[in-house]
Amino acid sequence: MSKIEFMQGNRACCEGALAAGCNFFGGYPITPSTEVAELMALKLPKAGGTFIQMEDEIASMGAIIGASWTGARSMTATSGPGFSLMMENIGYAVMTETPCVIVNIQRGGPSTGQPTMSAQGDMMQCRFGSHGDMATIAVVPSTVQEMYELTAKAFNLADRFRVPTFVMSDETIGHMRERIIIPDKVDIVPRKPLQEGKLPFEADENGVPGFAKFGSGHRVHVTGLTHDERGYPDTTDPDVHAKLVKRLYNKVESKRHEIADYDAVNTDAETVFVTYGPGARTVRQVLHDHPNEEIGHLNLRIVWPFPEDTLKLFPNAKTFIVPELNLGQMVREVARHTTGEKVVSMPKIGGYIHTPDELYAAVEAEK
Amino acid sequence: MTTRVFEKWYREDRLPHIFCTGCGNGTVMNCAIKAVDMMQWEIDDTVFISGIGCSSRAPGYISTDSLHTTHGRALAFATGVKMANPDLNVVVFTGDGDLSAIGGNHFIHACRRNIDMTVICMNNMIYGMTGGQGSPCTPVGKISTTTPYGATEPVFDLADLAVAAGASHVARWTSYHTKELTKAIETGLATEGLSFIEAMVQCPTAYGRRNKLRQVTDQVEWMRTHAILLQKARRMEQEGKPIPEEHFTVGEFIHRQRPAMGVRR
Repeated sequence: MSKIEFMQGNRACCEGALAAGCNFFGGYPITPSTEVAELMALKLPKAGGTFIQMEDEIASMGAIIGASWTGARSMTATSGPGFSLMMENIGYAVMTETPCVIVNIQRGGPSTGQPTMSAQGDMMQCRFGSHGDMATIAVVPSTVQEMYELTAKAFNLADRFRVPTFVMSDETIGHMRERIIIPDKVDIVPRKPLQEGKLPFEADENGVPGFAKFGSGHRVHVTGLTHDERGYPDTTDPDVHAKLVKRLYNKVESKRHEIADYDAVNTDAETVFVTYGPGARTVRQVLHDHPNEEIGHLNLRIVWPFPEDTLKLFPNAKTFIVPELNLGQMVREVARHTTGEKVVSMPKIGGYIHTPDELYAAVEAEK
Repeated sequence: MTTRVFEKWYREDRLPHIFCTGCGNGTVMNCAIKAVDMMQWEIDDTVFISGIGCSSRAPGYISTDSLHTTHGRALAFATGVKMANPDLNVVVFTGDGDLSAIGGNHFIHACRRNIDMTVICMNNMIYGMTGGQGSPCTPVGKISTTTPYGATEPVFDLADLAVAAGASHVARWTSYHTKELTKAIETGLATEGLSFIEAMVQCPTAYGRRNKLRQVTDQVEWMRTHAILLQKARRMEQEGKPIPEEHFTVGEFIHRQRPAMGVRR
């Protein structure tokens, strides 16, 4: 029996993680993500898992990678400045194909910025923040319900692709309280173990190697250096580096349409909003207030890898409007993948989300 | 016996190693492997973890699960491994730059938590892999590429730091004192909580070459003649005799029972 509750977004994040089998949390408190750590501290020990408050975000990221190699489903939660600190070890997780989930309850930046206000200023950082070429996966909830579901899904994606996966939420959804239906159970897709006779970094047909969990007898060497299929460092051969990094990139990017998760509403519309996160809520209000208007809505629940084909779901689109809580980040991805349609950026910073009036005025302006 | 231990624990297909001729790291590795073997630890239950630098290449040559992590962060990764699965034996190899500069915060907090693992610091008083820059352990007056007029900053006493931060077992020896070092590591492995073993090592390439210790034996001899047993140093202190310049203490700094984390259930 599923149950209905009224809960905060940050709590839904914890509940979703626990339902997905998260059994290790390493974190450092930072506003507005603190409730995630606090609830994990409360719940994980009782569920047989481990909570540890690390000395900083760099350590938190290191700890969840270490835990992941023992087979744990591990997670951390942070916000802007902490996210920046994690970048080095996020790159390590990419290079070593360590599954883990990083929750970023975004706040206003740069720097300490607006700790208690909402923003979406880290969208490029989760894709390009660490050094080197890499691909990652990022989910973005627009409701408390989605916070639960997408956090759980993030664990499955992380394990399936062996890549750090981000829950790129924000203060609005993190601190919002609303009705949520908690299902009996969520799907759990386990990590594929290393097969007998395979090398620890030898990819399968999907570009993802089997996982050689520590303590299982594989004696795997894990290094952030460029390595061969045995896991041994090989740092000067251009072919070894190119082969490895291209595989790490393609295992995610080549599956972008399988990974994609979105809503497409009024697909015949000429004016289409493209949203991710809280902006979707305002657009839904606009559609509610103007049910007969020909306004389309594409809401992305997964933004990285960017599902560019979803724009083609609106064959009559003349204008894409992209409201976001930054000075225009994902709008560049939309513009990059459109073929002649007008792309309007609707940036908003300062801490509040767009109002229905603002968005409707933008539609009117396009008429 | 030695050959068998070597064959059992090392990855032969990874040799030769990248350590320079005359480097002390191989000696410390051998001492550590001997100690681990004496503990009769199973290869499949043992994990070696390191950060970045010369010392941090050690786990790559050992035939267990191993994690070669980011600069200074080995103890954070090790904390995750040990806390997530206390059944694994965790040993960390690190260097003076890795541990005490960029990794200083992780070091003191791992000691404070007293996590059940053994940390072996190969202190060569220099950044070896990066080409000989000064570290927080480069002695005053010594030449490095970033202290071309002689280091001026006071150094960290890593053993004292570990004691103050709360480690259960702390010892310091050198690559000259192989028996004592092996014994200290073995004691560390058997101790519940965090054991910190500082192993002073010669670095003829990056340190000795610039500091009138050009031959490998020069620096080993320097360590032999400048190491003062802790008991003797304490006696000298009581007698009001100063520790001679450039000398350092060796021995067991502390062995105690403190509440520990990540202990096998």
